[in-house]
Order: sequence, then structure tokens, then C-alpha cells
Amino acid sequence: MDKPPISRGFRSRRHEQTPEHRLPPGQYVTKDFPVLSAGPTPELNLESWSMVLEYDGSVLGSWTWPEFERLPQTTIRTDIHCVTKWSKLDTTWLGVTFDDLLEAAGVTDPLAPYVMAHCDGGYTTNLPVEDLVDGKGAIATRYEGAPLDPVHGGPARLLVPHLYFWKSAKWVRRLRFMDDDERGFWESFGYHSYGDPWKEQRYDGD
Amino acid sequence: MIDGSAVLSRRLEWQRAEVRALAVETPRVKSLALHVSGWRGHLPGQHVDIRLTAEDGYQAQRSYSIASPPEDELLTITVERVDNGEVSPYLIDDLHVGDRFELRGPIGGYFVWTAAMGGPLYLIAGGSGVAPLMAMLRHRERRNAHIPALLLYSSRTLEDVIYREELDAMARRDRALRVVNTLTRKQPEGWTGYGRRIDKALLAESHFPPDERPRTFVCGPTPFVESASRILVELGHDPLTIKTERFGPSGA
Repeated sequence: MDKPPISRGFRSRRHEQTPEHRLPPGQYVTKDFPVLSAGPTPELNLESWSMVLEYDGSVLGSWTWPEFERLPQTTIRTDIHCVTKWSKLDTTWLGVTFDDLLEAAGVTDPLAPYVMAHCDGGYTTNLPVEDLVDGKGAIATRYEGAPLDPVHGGPARLLVPHLYFWKSAKWVRRLRFMDDDERGFWESFGYHSYGDPWKEQRYDGD
Repeated sequence: MIDGSAVLSRRLEWQRAEVRALAVETPRVKSLALHVSGWRGHLPGQHVDIRLTAEDGYQAQRSYSIASPPEDELLTITVERVDNGEVSPYLIDDLHVGDRFELRGPIGGYFVWTAAMGGPLYLIAGGSGVAPLMAMLRHRERRNAHIPALLLYSSRTLEDVIYREELDAMARRDRALRVVNTLTRKQPEGWTGYGRRIDKALLAESHFPPDERPRTFVCGPTPFVESASRILVELGHDPLTIKTERFGPSGA
């Protein structure tokens, strides 16, 4: 391929020296926490909130908010990478790992290779189960020690930080095992089905 | 005719964009009219990624909404200066007609509107969030689609109103279009529009009733979008009819 055109006079204005191994290609570091959602932020209502795990139309486990709060809580310190190019380093979350959720439901072996996350507001995202197990995925309810703000997905959002952050679906309410991979919300609008930031899998075909 | 799945499975390649014209919109905002060879078209509301390459090989990517309608030959993006930003000050201060950089897109298929989707079309913009909504209004006009439309547009001062003359002219030509401005920081003498941040009373006076099921698009800074979309839901609008696009303080 031809060399890209040079923008004369354009130069990096990055001040902080981020080690290369922490910043995926095409990303920049932000100190803010930008918000991206497809619609209005749903109203927070813990009394009617529940988390449901299901497969093939049957409920494997279901937790009210107080029940969910009594599940084992894990602190996760991680970098996060949004497909819109910002990355945020050293964020701290508290939540229930997918492993612990499976255990609480009495599921010893994942039942199918894929999961669709369903959220308040109609949002969905698809993930391979192997990207959720072994501590790789969680449902987070605290950010930097405080309850997760609704604009950032509170009361609970998925946290799968090794994939682009749209996979860490806000306002998650239901995790559904799937035998075959289906595309979620953004994945149906041209975004990559898997979304590995280190391979820069932003859009379909990347 | 290409079906949706074929469009989706085509890789978005980086393409060359050449700057054909630059327009000063406000003291902080410029529009860049770009020629992209082999551009395969877009829908109003979509955006592009651009990639700049420095002489030392350093590259930076950013996303910008497309402000031009699909009917235009050139692709226009509207760029607001982010103080201490990396890409936007370069695009605004240093870019010349004839310069080239890389671009790929169009991206996003949710925050889009075409005349075929019907109306009413209800647009709410904060600051430079007006850009993708302008693509919709321009498209609506090009298609001569007299679908009832309302743009509620919040700016700091009159000088900060992007596309002001074009919007005024558009509204004068077309009785089905209403443009409502609110100036939050400073209002000129004799100003007859709103002079405050959007609130429930303001939105209640400037919306389509929920039972008309307007196609609603809200775009602007995060707090603006949060507040506008929350109030719309309070006013009885179905959350699923409200499409939002937010940009944070670090949009750069």
C-alpha cells in the first residue's frame, strides 16, 4: 500500500509517556471518562432490578439487587479502551466475576460457547464465553469505590476490559447463553463482532 | 443493489481525502470540504474516522460527524477546536486547501435518518453536536421532503451558532421546518429566542407531542444530552424513539 500522506506541521502533543504495551494502536489516553450510549440513560430503580442468567429459554439463576450484592465481590484494576479512540488507564472496579455468577447458579461448565448480554434500553452485545471465564469478565457495580453512576452503566454493567469497551455493556440485566454466535446492537451496525483493541478490530472486516 | 449484509461485511479501507475548501463557521469552528475518491456514499448522521501522519511517522485518529448530505459531491466535516487538543487545532489552524490525509467510513448505522424514514423529525443540538443533525436537515431539503421538522439548538452566544445563516435561510424557505435557538451565555440586544439552558418548560414548548412518535435525535456534550433525553422521557417520549450521540470533554 502507498505511504500515507504526511501532514506537514502535525506532531504529537502527548505529554505523558504512556508505555507502548499499555496503549493499543490508534488510541490516546484520557483522564476523563467520556460517555457513549445509543439512547437516554435508564432510570435507576434497584427495587425492580434483577440479574438473570439463562439458556434455551430457561432461567439458570436470578438475583435481586440485595442477593446480587451478597455474591462474592472482586476488585478489578484495569485499563479500558473505547472504540472511539480513548483509553483510560488504571481504573478500579468492584463487581461479581462471571465465574462467581456461574458458581452461584450452580453451573459447573458453561452450557454454550457464546453469550448475549441484554440491557435496559434494549442494548445487546455478543461475547464468546471464553472471554468471560477465568476472571476475564465481570458485572461491575462500583467504580473507584463509589456506586456506578447511571451514565456509566449503573447500577451494573458488564466489564470485559480486554475487548473494546462497547462490549462492557451498560445497564446489563440478562446474560443468555447461545449455541451460535449472533450479533449484538453495535455489531449489527458495522462494528466488529469480537473487538480486540490490540488487533484494532474496530469495524467489521478489521 | 447491495443488501445490508454485503455492506456490513466490506472492510472499511483507509482512503485519501483531499481538502477542497475550508469555511470558518464560528471563531472556534471550521468546516472542511473533502474530496474522497471512490467514496461509496453515506447516510445522514454517520461519521468518519480520520488519520493524520506526522513527518516522524506518528499517527493520530479521531472521529468526526459528516455534516454534508449524501447528495453532495464533497464530504464535509465540521471541526470544533478543543483547547490543548492534538488533532483539532491542527485541522483548524494548519490545514490548507490541497492538503491530504487519510479517512475511512462511513461509520455508524443507528444514529441516522433518511427522508424515507419519515417524521416528524425532532433534532436537539448542543454546540457542535449540530453537525450530524445538519446532514439530516440538508438531506431533507435536497430531497424536497417537507416532513415536519424541528431543530432545537443550544449555543453559548450568537457568534457560536454554527451554520446560522444557512439554518435561517432554510427555515425561511420551508414552513414545515422550525429552528429554535437558545443562547445560554449571552444574548444580543433585542434577542427574541430563548436565553437559558434547556429545561423542561423549554422542551415542552419546543417539541412534537409524544403521540406523534417523532424521530428524535439528540447530539451534544454529555451533560446536555443526558439532561435533554431525561426531560424528553419525563415529557412522555418513548426512550426507544430517542437516539443520542454524546461527546465528552476529551473529544479532542
